[in-house]
Amino acid sequence: MNAADVEVFDLEYRYPDATPALRGVTFRVPAGEAVALIGPNGAGKSTLLLHFNGCLWPARGGVRVGGEPVTRSTVARARRAVGLVFQDPDDQLFMPTVLEDVAFGLLNAGMPPEQAQRRARETLDRFDLGGLAGRPPYRLSAGEKRTAAIAAVMAMEPSVLALDEPSSHLDPRGRRRLIGLLRSLPQTRIVATHDLELALEVCGRAILLDGGRVVAEGRTRELLSDEVRMQAHGLERPRGMEPPPSASPAVTVRP
Amino acid sequence: MSSADWTGLRSIDELSRLDTFVHRRDPRAMALATLAYVAVVMSYPSGSISALTPLALYPAILIAVGRLPVRPLARRMLLAAPFALAVAAAHPLLNRAPVAEVGPCHISAGWMTALSILLRFVLTVSAVLAAMACVGVDRLAVGLAGLGVAEMVAAQLSLLHRYLLVLGGEATRMARAVAARGGGARLPLRTWAGLAGHLLMRSLDRADRIHWAMASRGFEGRLPRTRRLQFRAADAVFLGVCAAGFAAARAWNLAVALGRLTGAR
Repeated sequence: MNAADVEVFDLEYRYPDATPALRGVTFRVPAGEAVALIGPNGAGKSTLLLHFNGCLWPARGGVRVGGEPVTRSTVARARRAVGLVFQDPDDQLFMPTVLEDVAFGLLNAGMPPEQAQRRARETLDRFDLGGLAGRPPYRLSAGEKRTAAIAAVMAMEPSVLALDEPSSHLDPRGRRRLIGLLRSLPQTRIVATHDLELALEVCGRAILLDGGRVVAEGRTRELLSDEVRMQAHGLERPRGMEPPPSASPAVTVRP
Repeated sequence: MSSADWTGLRSIDELSRLDTFVHRRDPRAMALATLAYVAVVMSYPSGSISALTPLALYPAILIAVGRLPVRPLARRMLLAAPFALAVAAAHPLLNRAPVAEVGPCHISAGWMTALSILLRFVLTVSAVLAAMACVGVDRLAVGLAGLGVAEMVAAQLSLLHRYLLVLGGEATRMARAVAARGGGARLPLRTWAGLAGHLLMRSLDRADRIHWAMASRGFEGRLPRTRRLQFRAADAVFLGVCAAGFAAARAWNLAVALGRLTGAR
C-alpha cells in the first residue's frame, strides 16, 4: 500500500434541486499528508468527500487520486484507492456479522473467501475488535461501531483515507485511541471534522470551507488560532490555544 | 425484540445464530424444502381444509427442533395477516352454496374457501418465517442463488430485507419522537399521512447513504459470499424426510386416515 496524492480542481456540485453545494473548490493534498477539512454545518465537507471515489459526480472540475482523474471509467480503481469512512457507522455496517462486514470489501475486490476472512480477522485483531468478530454490528456500542467502520475500510489497505466526523459517537478514551491511530497511519488522510482539537493533533494542515468554497488554508495551528476568522465562519478557536502573534504567513486566505 | 426493530425481522434474523440440527442445514436444502412445502400447500384444491392440517407438522417440527420462540414468529405473521384476510374476506359473500352442516348451521363453500386460504397463509408464512429463523435471510438468499436463482434476484432479496430493517428503524425513531411530543393526544389522519411521506424520504436518504457506503467498498450488484456452501449427508437426510412427508401428505388425506384409524366418525 502506497500513499497517493489527492488533487481537487475547480470542483462544482449542485444538489438535485440546483442549490450549489461546492463552488470551485481547489486544493492538493500530497501523498502521506494529513489534512483537516473544517467549516460550519452545510459548508460542503461531506459532499466533497463523496466526490473522492465517485459516489457523487461534479458539475464541473473534478478529483485526481494518484494523478488519475476519478471518472466513470476509473471509478473502480478510485474506490480501491480511497477508503471512505462515513459519518454514521450505521450507514456503513450492514453485513450480518462484524467479520463479514470487514471482509465485504475484500471479497468484492475478488479475494478468495478464506484469505478475505483471514485478512479481516487480522484487521479486527489490530483494532482490538477480535472478540466482536461474530457479533451483529447493531449490537456494538457506538464507539465499537465507529472503530469497526474504520477497520472495515482499513482492511482494504487504501492509499487515501477520507473520514467524515470520525470522532463523533466516541467517548474520550475511544477518541484518544482514534487520534493515536490516525497519527500512526502512513496513508494520505483527509479528515472532515468539527473536532478542532483532533484536527490540531492529527493534521499538519487545515482547509476551511464555508458556503461550498475554500475560504482559507494553511498550517492547522495558525488557522485555528485566528479567532476572528474562525468566528466569522461559525467555528471557535480551541480552548487553551494562544492567538498568533500577527497575521501569519502560514495561512492563505482565498477571495 | 429491540425497540428499534419495528418489523421484528432483526429478531428473527438473530434466531439464526442458534446452533441446532435445523440451524446447521445448508441454505440450499432449507430453501428447497421451503419452496417444495409452499408448492405442496398451494397445490390443494380450493376449499381443502382437513387434508392440509397434517402439513402443519413441518413448521411445528422446525420450531420445536430449532428451539424457536413462537411469539416473535406469530407477531410477524400478524403483520402480513391483513393481506390474507383481504383475499379471503370476499369468498363468503361470493359463494353461498351450502356444503356442510354443523348442528343447525349451514357452512357455505365460500366460507370453506376463505378458511382454506387463511390456513394456507398460516402454513406457508410460518414455514418461511421458520426457515428465515433457522438459516437467516442472507444465507437463504445465498441458498436460492445456489439453486440457480439469478444472483441479482438473490441480492435483491437480501437488500430488500436490509431496507425493511432501515425502514423499521426510521419508523421507530419517528414514532418515538411523535410520542415524546404528542402528549398522548390522537393525531389526525392528515398528520399521519405527512409522517408517512416524511418516513419515505428519510428512508430513501438513508438507503442512498448505505448504497454509497457499499459502492465505496466495491459493491457492484452481487453480494459476496464469506463461506463456501457445504451440502452434507445430514442435508440429504433432511431433504429426503421432508420430501417423503410432503408426498405422503399430498397423496393421502392423513387427517381422515388418522380419524378412521382411531374410529372417529
